[in-house]
Amino acid sequence: MATTALPQEAAHAEAHELPFIRKYIFSTDHKIIGIQFLLMSLAFLGIGGFAAMLIRWQLGFPDVAIPGATILPETMAPGGYLLPEFYNSLVTMHGTLMVFFAVMPLLVGVFGNFLIPLKIGAPDMAFPRLNMWSFWIAVPAGVLMLSGFFVEGGAAGAGWTSYAPLSANSEYSGVFLGQQLWLLSLAVLGLSSILGATNYITTVVNLRAPGMTWFRLPLSIWALFITAILVLLAIPILSGAAIMLFFDQTIGTHFFDATGGGQPLLWQHLFWYFGHPEVYILILPGMGMVSDIIANGSRKPVFGYHSMVYALIAIAFLGWIVWGHHMFQSGMNPTLGMGFMISTMLIAVPSAIKTFNWMGTMWRGSIRFHVPMLHAITFVAMFVIGGLSGIFMASAPVDIFIHDTYFIVAHLHYVLFGGSLFAIFAAVTYWYPKMFGRMMDPFWGKVHWAITAVAFNVTFFPMHVLGAQGHMRRIYDPNQYEFLQPLQGTNTLITIGALVLFGAQFIFMGNFVISWFKGRKAPDNPWDDNGVEWTVHSPPPHLNFAETPVIYRAAYEYSSPLVEEDYLPQTRNLGSDSGPAAKPAAG
Amino acid sequence: MRHLVACSIIGVLACGGGEGGSDGGDDAATVAPLGTASINGVVTFDGTPPANPTIDMADEPECVAKYTDDARDPIVSVTDGMLANVFVRVTGGLPAGPYPMPASPAVIDQDGCLYHPRVLGVMVGQDLDIRNSDPLQHNIKAVPTEQRGFNISQPRAGMTTTRSFNTPEVMVPLECSVHGWMNAYLGVVDHPYFATSGADGTFSIPGLPAGSYTLEAWHETLGTRTLEVEVDDGGSVTVTLVFGSSTS
Amino acid sequence: MGSFLDWFLPPGASTFAADIDRIYYAVLIITGIAFVIVEAGLVWFAIKYRARPGRKATYTHGSMRAEMIWTAIPAVSVVALGIWSGTVWNNIKARDSIPEGALEYAVMVSQFEWMFTYAGRDGEIGTADDFTLRNQLHVPVGRAVVLRLQSEDVIHSLFIPAFRVKQDIVPGMHMAVWFEATQTGRFEIACAELCGNGHTTMGAMTTVHSTAEFDEWVASRPATTALR
Repeated sequence: MATTALPQEAAHAEAHELPFIRKYIFSTDHKIIGIQFLLMSLAFLGIGGFAAMLIRWQLGFPDVAIPGATILPETMAPGGYLLPEFYNSLVTMHGTLMVFFAVMPLLVGVFGNFLIPLKIGAPDMAFPRLNMWSFWIAVPAGVLMLSGFFVEGGAAGAGWTSYAPLSANSEYSGVFLGQQLWLLSLAVLGLSSILGATNYITTVVNLRAPGMTWFRLPLSIWALFITAILVLLAIPILSGAAIMLFFDQTIGTHFFDATGGGQPLLWQHLFWYFGHPEVYILILPGMGMVSDIIANGSRKPVFGYHSMVYALIAIAFLGWIVWGHHMFQSGMNPTLGMGFMISTMLIAVPSAIKTFNWMGTMWRGSIRFHVPMLHAITFVAMFVIGGLSGIFMASAPVDIFIHDTYFIVAHLHYVLFGGSLFAIFAAVTYWYPKMFGRMMDPFWGKVHWAITAVAFNVTFFPMHVLGAQGHMRRIYDPNQYEFLQPLQGTNTLITIGALVLFGAQFIFMGNFVISWFKGRKAPDNPWDDNGVEWTVHSPPPHLNFAETPVIYRAAYEYSSPLVEEDYLPQTRNLGSDSGPAAKPAAG
Repeated sequence: MRHLVACSIIGVLACGGGEGGSDGGDDAATVAPLGTASINGVVTFDGTPPANPTIDMADEPECVAKYTDDARDPIVSVTDGMLANVFVRVTGGLPAGPYPMPASPAVIDQDGCLYHPRVLGVMVGQDLDIRNSDPLQHNIKAVPTEQRGFNISQPRAGMTTTRSFNTPEVMVPLECSVHGWMNAYLGVVDHPYFATSGADGTFSIPGLPAGSYTLEAWHETLGTRTLEVEVDDGGSVTVTLVFGSSTS
Repeated sequence: MGSFLDWFLPPGASTFAADIDRIYYAVLIITGIAFVIVEAGLVWFAIKYRARPGRKATYTHGSMRAEMIWTAIPAVSVVALGIWSGTVWNNIKARDSIPEGALEYAVMVSQFEWMFTYAGRDGEIGTADDFTLRNQLHVPVGRAVVLRLQSEDVIHSLFIPAFRVKQDIVPGMHMAVWFEATQTGRFEIACAELCGNGHTTMGAMTTVHSTAEFDEWVASRPATTALR
């Protein structure tokens, strides 16, 4: 099934030097599109983080005006104090921006684009022009989302889950245009994701270089492939639900509004039927890339490669049948609790396999602590906490107490920040040389890593304790409750941690930007890696490979006894290797 | 206004609407008074006023502290036979506009978990200052039928929020979603010739040109009364409006 | 501030609080062990297997036996935990779990108030001696009570931390949640589902009385409908 044929359009483009606008703006080059997604989603990461700082200030220092916030209009923060409605908008937009416009595009948009063709030995994506569209559809989606802040009534304020009918009927929230923009934006962004996913799946199935069999694929590509399938199955559900809710808002349908015969729980079922696979969309690519990096840093093959693949598939499959665990207390028939509980708990099994296999990969290695490796180890350490805390809420009776508390907030941030974002830091620092042809500064990289790792834990670990005391999430002023008043000190500590965490990201940003222009020129293979992408120049030329690479072996042949060096690239012919060895497995 | 700045940044989006709402307000501010006649009046209540219900305020100790007795919902507020909270406005006989804008904003205060005043007139485009004098969060929800309302909160004592309306509507209910008993009524009128009867039952509509007018008086539970009045320049007439448990 | 590493739950005050807490602490111990193994292992490996001159990594692709072990142990643990949790869950939340003869309350919620309607002296909801109080729930100790919940507008969630009670209230649906308080005192009620601008203000108070005190208190109430 693998083919060496160049996509037609790419072949045509090769013929002449492209003008600037086609080369860097409306580019069909997967590498440029990956970098475009990177810049866009890092910007959204910053905006989403800033929203979190406003939220944290309100919780940490409720009696102190936010410095400089008097420039905000009186519909947001009169006198520098957030209004509850603006607080709700911030909570909503922080979640939405981070999930849909930061972490998801960082993992899927950036690395799906940049890595898939390079790592499978393809010149570009199967559909380069669709690929360009997937980026240029995501941009207006982002503009629509942010514009909510500037319209009358404010931005959407019903939480990133937008539970109806609070989200369906503006009478209940005072938000009308903002909520509609939120829904339109997600529907538009959904189109972008679907185009991207179609492309990834087709590319991995059809464009693998000769000899790149399924079980020679790096785990990063496996993870991105499985993620793309999840995207294709999950996102249309969200798009459909968003359009229905948009109709509830605008033309008076009542899909989710009980006053007109609708069913609010229908929204929750649709949202979480998308939303739980989404959780794995947000972590699987990270798991895959971290596997690559840990193998490289440990100078060892991945421990249990095959079970790592099967664990990815198992997690993705289980992710499909557990959405009800978000709804244990929702009024859904409690009889369903048992089934959703067991299926949810079972996710611990493939997760444990992955965790112990990462440790197994480090075991008896010869570990190089380059910056990507530090982030990758931190990923494992933090993901474990997020995974383990998930077992608490998977138990429906325990969930009675911790549902909708800060325990959930702690859990999801250990997975989404401790997991996904550390994986993103690992991946960005790892593939930066290949993207930009320059090395990031390792000293400032380590400083950023150290502060981020500590501040992250100061910020999110105490949230478990808040949750264990019953501290509700999305609460503007916890001091309204006597039982939460003793927790003010913890809240203040968390806010200080969050401010440091946010501040540390400026180190990353500085390192990122300065290295782009001033960084040391990157060699082709700075990390002594086996991957196909490291056999070409940094950055790779248009269409990547002068001639189609041939793959002779599995992805992680580090410290192989066959060679002197401690790595053995997938493309290296030892003489004893025969042509495109194994037949590529049927797609 | 920063809102407008933000709007121009996102130029493609629908902006403005009710919150800005000062369309024509600048014109109105520069219009001289149309005349010097005035209508004065008194609203009386005939019969025994119904008892106002007590409010279950027990969960709001900060508000309870502002009352010596059980707090009551002042639906029918009668003092010595005089009826307060009757909204009186001119509904007929006015010359064509523009009309002068009242010099100061209309003010409504939340104090002791009740609105003060309970009934208030506001001209289209006139600022309505909503103040919170209670050390707790109020949520102000305007639920008009002719225009888009608003739903805003005031978490702190001493806060003032300004809103306005762009379409005449009598009356626009104002509710507090935190304290279900809190109700107020706003008479939104496209001219300044309106008044609300005070605790002593009196009201006054000054600045009218000479002419004959139709007055309409509104009370939230006792219905409406209409009255024809004629006034001369510089003169004033005094009218009496009678509401009562038997006549409604 | 001193409590920021305190993972203990606040004291429970209902009959099933201990059952829930027991699972919580069991999970805490199991996950605590896994946590220590993984974190300590990572640190230990990072130190022990750090690259040094002359050191070469061991070339291995894994060990089926090791992988079987770390597949089987979590699998057995979580299935056992799931079955245990399921039993407790059914005792608390299953639709037929409401005890016979529980004292009924009708609870109507809206942005942002709790209206508790009491059965009054005759112990029956829907009769003339019912009365309604805003944000105040009074219950007798040692007797199961069932709250019949309805929402007027958006989704709210009844959360009484001390009783380990949480139930979303979905407009258009009739929900019921029950509990039996085991000690007298005052216990806060919170709304746990984002319900609008005033979500944070939507607190209420449960007062648990001794049986005699409760009966006396009910007898002293006139039938009223609270103003809203």
